[in-house]
Amino acid sequence: MNTTIGGNEHLSEGRQGEGEQEWDMINKPNAHILDLNIKEVLHYRDLLWLLVHRDFVSFYKQTVLGPLWFFIQPLFTTITYTIIFGNLAGLSTEGVPKFLFYMAGVTCWNYFADCVNKTSTVFKDNSNVFGKVYFPRLIMPLSIIVSNLVRFAVQILLFFITLLFFAIKSGSFQITSYALLFPFLIVQMALLGLGLGCIISSLTTKYRDLVFVIGFGVQLLMYATTVVYPLSAVPEKYRLLVELNPMTPVIEIFRLGFLGEGSFSWTLFAVSIIETFAITVFGIIIFNKVERNFIDTI
Amino acid sequence: MAIAIKVEDLSKAYQIGQIGTGTISRDLERWLAKKRGKEDPFLRIGEVNDRTVIGESNIVWSLKDINFEIQQGDAVGIIGRNGAGKSTLLKLLSKITTPTTGIVKVKGRIASLLEVGTGFHPELTGRENIYLNGAILGMRKKEIDRKFDEIVAFSGIDRYIDTPVKRYSSGMHVRLAFAVAAHLDSEVLLIDEVLAVGDAEFQKKCLGKINDVTSNEGRTVVFVSHDLAAVVKLTKTSILLKNGTMYENGITRKVINTYLSTDYEKKTKYIGGVKDTAPSITRIEVITSNPNNVQVHGKKLSIEFDINFPVAIEGAILYFQVFNSKMQPIINPWFEESRLISTAGTVTLVCNIPKTRFYVDTYSITAHLGEIKGKQHFESVEHVCPFEVNMFETHRQSEWIKDACAYIEDFSWEVKNDNMNFDGKD
Repeated sequence: MNTTIGGNEHLSEGRQGEGEQEWDMINKPNAHILDLNIKEVLHYRDLLWLLVHRDFVSFYKQTVLGPLWFFIQPLFTTITYTIIFGNLAGLSTEGVPKFLFYMAGVTCWNYFADCVNKTSTVFKDNSNVFGKVYFPRLIMPLSIIVSNLVRFAVQILLFFITLLFFAIKSGSFQITSYALLFPFLIVQMALLGLGLGCIISSLTTKYRDLVFVIGFGVQLLMYATTVVYPLSAVPEKYRLLVELNPMTPVIEIFRLGFLGEGSFSWTLFAVSIIETFAITVFGIIIFNKVERNFIDTI
Repeated sequence: MAIAIKVEDLSKAYQIGQIGTGTISRDLERWLAKKRGKEDPFLRIGEVNDRTVIGESNIVWSLKDINFEIQQGDAVGIIGRNGAGKSTLLKLLSKITTPTTGIVKVKGRIASLLEVGTGFHPELTGRENIYLNGAILGMRKKEIDRKFDEIVAFSGIDRYIDTPVKRYSSGMHVRLAFAVAAHLDSEVLLIDEVLAVGDAEFQKKCLGKINDVTSNEGRTVVFVSHDLAAVVKLTKTSILLKNGTMYENGITRKVINTYLSTDYEKKTKYIGGVKDTAPSITRIEVITSNPNNVQVHGKKLSIEFDINFPVAIEGAILYFQVFNSKMQPIINPWFEESRLISTAGTVTLVCNIPKTRFYVDTYSITAHLGEIKGKQHFESVEHVCPFEVNMFETHRQSEWIKDACAYIEDFSWEVKNDNMNFDGKD
């Protein structure tokens, strides 16, 4: 114990020498809009991994079917879409097997939608912890994005297995060099989900009724994305709308890469990247502004 | 010693009432005013947070112009009645929310001792929760690795460390939560009412640890509690908040005396709210022998309680404690009656003490209401109805020395030796 006391005295002397103005934490009414606390977020990176671990373990333990659930959901959605949009409505899939075509869209869309939905309620879901202890709130949405990535990995594996199955059946692989863009697409989806989720969660702390609009809105957005139809089948009238949707190029490139069918244009890709970047930055800025005192209104 | 916490002109305004209506238009108005460099049209300066007076605007100042400094290695208590701004101050110190005006500056890392199980996930094991909770409090994984054995040893739950915490008792929860926070390498520790739970033995252990943290490790502790006895034990100085302003700042014993004294709040009556489902204490009143809450030693003292029962309850139990200014409980009368209430409504109970034996001091009442059968605890009302005891009618030639004792028992003397010669008695 003696050494501790000695050490501390030494420490405090050293600090006094450094001068009065050095503070480790300052809490004041207004912070600069671009003061995003990135350094602080980095300090808490262990928390990010522990939260991901928590999400995974609790999901695994709480459901009866456990990880099997990861497979069931995309499988059933794909089957439903194949029947309704493929067989009943008879939408074109550009010659790609219907099941594969829908599965590609559903897998990607699910990741994005899960990110948005989960992130958009982050303040409400964590108000208990947020009200008791401070840590950079951005850690929470980031952990959601990463947690969902685990789920996405499992589902993409399912997709690859299905792809392999169809390839063996038909005897031909359709993979093109665009598949190399896949890692980039994941990042883009994650950032889009994060940015949009942050914007929504920030707005819902003030205007609660927005929550009801979100689930509905994300669903509607899916129909403005090329999930259940190819971009080539979109009528001229709505084309611009679908093309400007940043998720459209993501899904189109994914299909082009792994199924050999889809549209690609550098212009659209560039536009979607700019949009993603803008949404992410704006999302984080508004999130950081709201996190400072959202606990007063929730 | 260097300054660990510096608070300058700190104020916090809250908007009360309906926040939801017309917010979009109001927000626009506010935004416009801000853009033009004008003051917020919905903020009025100078209104005090007093719940008994309805303010003119729906802005309430939860804290107003607070200034203080805390030296490194000090333990400081924050006391005040409910709604005085204690929690708000702690929230501002820990950066959970931002001030409306003013600034908080802290040197070193801050950790807050969390309420039981905040951030604990029921499905995770004790081990996993130690890591998760530690990380929430700002520890790196490496630091937790280093402290892990110490944390487990302190919490005393090593046997169950790999059991999901949903199987833990609430006592084990507290042990674990406290152990994590107390072993953090933070320079400043904020503690809010956490010691209210847990068994007496562990509470003692916690208090000991907090003492250790301040005196041996040189860490700064800010302690918010209704448990004035703990505040006295742990802190040298305290801050008394009243309606959001700093009422007094100084030696803890003195500040607590102000808190309990009649000058501070002339109220001798405690009035509580009625609850919809649970029984509650709606009134406590001390009837002293003399006016102005002065009780003369040896005279009759009555304490009245109104208890509201929204539903019929079989076998209620009420007991209360009378605390002196050192926060020692002096007496603990109880009322345990299985026939007490058979119907809903309000009952008045009066406890008569025919001859008070309290020594000269300032006293307060703490009452607890519960149920015999279900062992449920309904409500505690702490440190209300302060009154003073003096010795007006008890004669002795020597002076009444302050703090000589807490209580005077009836006694008589017998002289067995004839050598003594009493004056006036031959």
